[in-house]
Amino acid sequence: MPVHVVLPYQLQTLAGTGREVELEVPSPVTPRAILEALEARYPMLRGAVIDHAAGERRPRLRFFACQEDYSHEPVDTPLPDAVARGEEAFVIVGAISGG
Amino acid sequence: MNKVRVLAGTRKGAFILTSDGKRQRWKIDGPFFGGWEIYHLAGSPADPDRLYASQSSAWFGQIIQRSKDGGRSWEQPGNTSGEEPGMTPEGTLRGESNKFVYDTSSESGAPLSEHQWYDGKPTPWEFKRVWHLEPSASDPDTVYAGVEDAALFRTTDGGESWHELAGLRGHGTGPLWQPGAGGMCLHTIMLHPANPERMYIAISAAGAFRTDDGGRSWKPINKGLHSEYIPNPTAEVGHCVHRLAMHPARPDVLYMQKHWDVMRSDDAGDNWYEVSGNLPTDFGFVIDVHAHDPDTIYVVPIKSDSEHYPPDGRLRVYRSRNGGNAWEALRKGLPQRNCYVNILRDAMAVDSLDDCGVYFGTTGGQIYCSPDSGDSWKAIARHLPPVLSVEVQTLA
Repeated sequence: MPVHVVLPYQLQTLAGTGREVELEVPSPVTPRAILEALEARYPMLRGAVIDHAAGERRPRLRFFACQEDYSHEPVDTPLPDAVARGEEAFVIVGAISGG
Repeated sequence: MNKVRVLAGTRKGAFILTSDGKRQRWKIDGPFFGGWEIYHLAGSPADPDRLYASQSSAWFGQIIQRSKDGGRSWEQPGNTSGEEPGMTPEGTLRGESNKFVYDTSSESGAPLSEHQWYDGKPTPWEFKRVWHLEPSASDPDTVYAGVEDAALFRTTDGGESWHELAGLRGHGTGPLWQPGAGGMCLHTIMLHPANPERMYIAISAAGAFRTDDGGRSWKPINKGLHSEYIPNPTAEVGHCVHRLAMHPARPDVLYMQKHWDVMRSDDAGDNWYEVSGNLPTDFGFVIDVHAHDPDTIYVVPIKSDSEHYPPDGRLRVYRSRNGGNAWEALRKGLPQRNCYVNILRDAMAVDSLDDCGVYFGTTGGQIYCSPDSGDSWKAIARHLPPVLSVEVQTLA
């Protein structure tokens, strides 16, 4: 069952996708597994979500699933079954700020 | 019939302006990469349709874009949409075109050191963005990148992968470098046209540096600079150099717009002397040289380091025809009242037509062109986002 990932607009333009992409993600479905599948399918996003040098989430991005914030959870935290079943999306959000 | 292509990087995207050799009617294409900061675009002298762009964002980091058709279409090198993941045909891992990681290998002799924060506190180098791209004159796949925190990178595969020339950061004075107000950026890269081993770079606020061995070793070239705002005004490093310029026919004569002071060197940077002369203020960011006369130079005086706009609200370019000291104000066609824009360090360029065209962009979103060496000016774009950089290509 493909996992659904919602991308912020700027990453959509980089990857040449729509708002939502579908990825085959091995179980257990975790933020790390989703991001690795995302970067493998869309290599132009490498470095744009996970910083190349630090190997961590870029500080102005956040991760949500089932209306819960996973930004500060360990990246190997299992996500809800609804995400693994493709019923709920894993959402990457750019922090709100002006400019 | 010659054509001119102006490459403009702005706070919210890139724009490409084209005209025939008369430079009277302009077509504006863009925005490309709308919403992203485009610090710089540059074309390859060896293949003018090969363009590179530095696209960046505080949210999503650094992206390198490449065009092979003069800007009509763009791609991330090695990462064409729809390609299978894995390796590029050249053997580079896909997704490496955005990867600017400082060289910490013992082989380079440059482990990650610390520079100074604004208050002097030691701070580890942290990559933020590419400020300036300088393509090789002979190879479209070779490009140098000046980055913040200050370091020099190079690609030899058309931007698919980037590697630091660590001898600059590691040559010894790095722990004394500090950021200027815009960040600790390497903003100027000048490749010597006759000697491929010689390069000049400049860092704000560290100063100017030169290599004579293709980038392996570097030395500061700041003798003669005098900066009242640092503890030792004549220190070897620590000067806030805003921009360097040279003429390709006389590449060992260098011009500099420093934080304050317009400077000149006649010996490849070994010694500098001041040529501010009769300028109304010698603060500013840009400096450039006429395409056909190495003694004709241009600056745009800015009131002060705390008031980043033209003196008296009058936008004037100043031209010297004798290599400095004697300056004339050029104002025809430029706003002479209520003008409070700034002209950032990478936002002036010249074409190589006869008569030489001079161009600059403003933080107010205007791009001005003079098709007559500065005698008269006309806005060729009026309402762009704040302009960060302007480059010009003269096309056959």
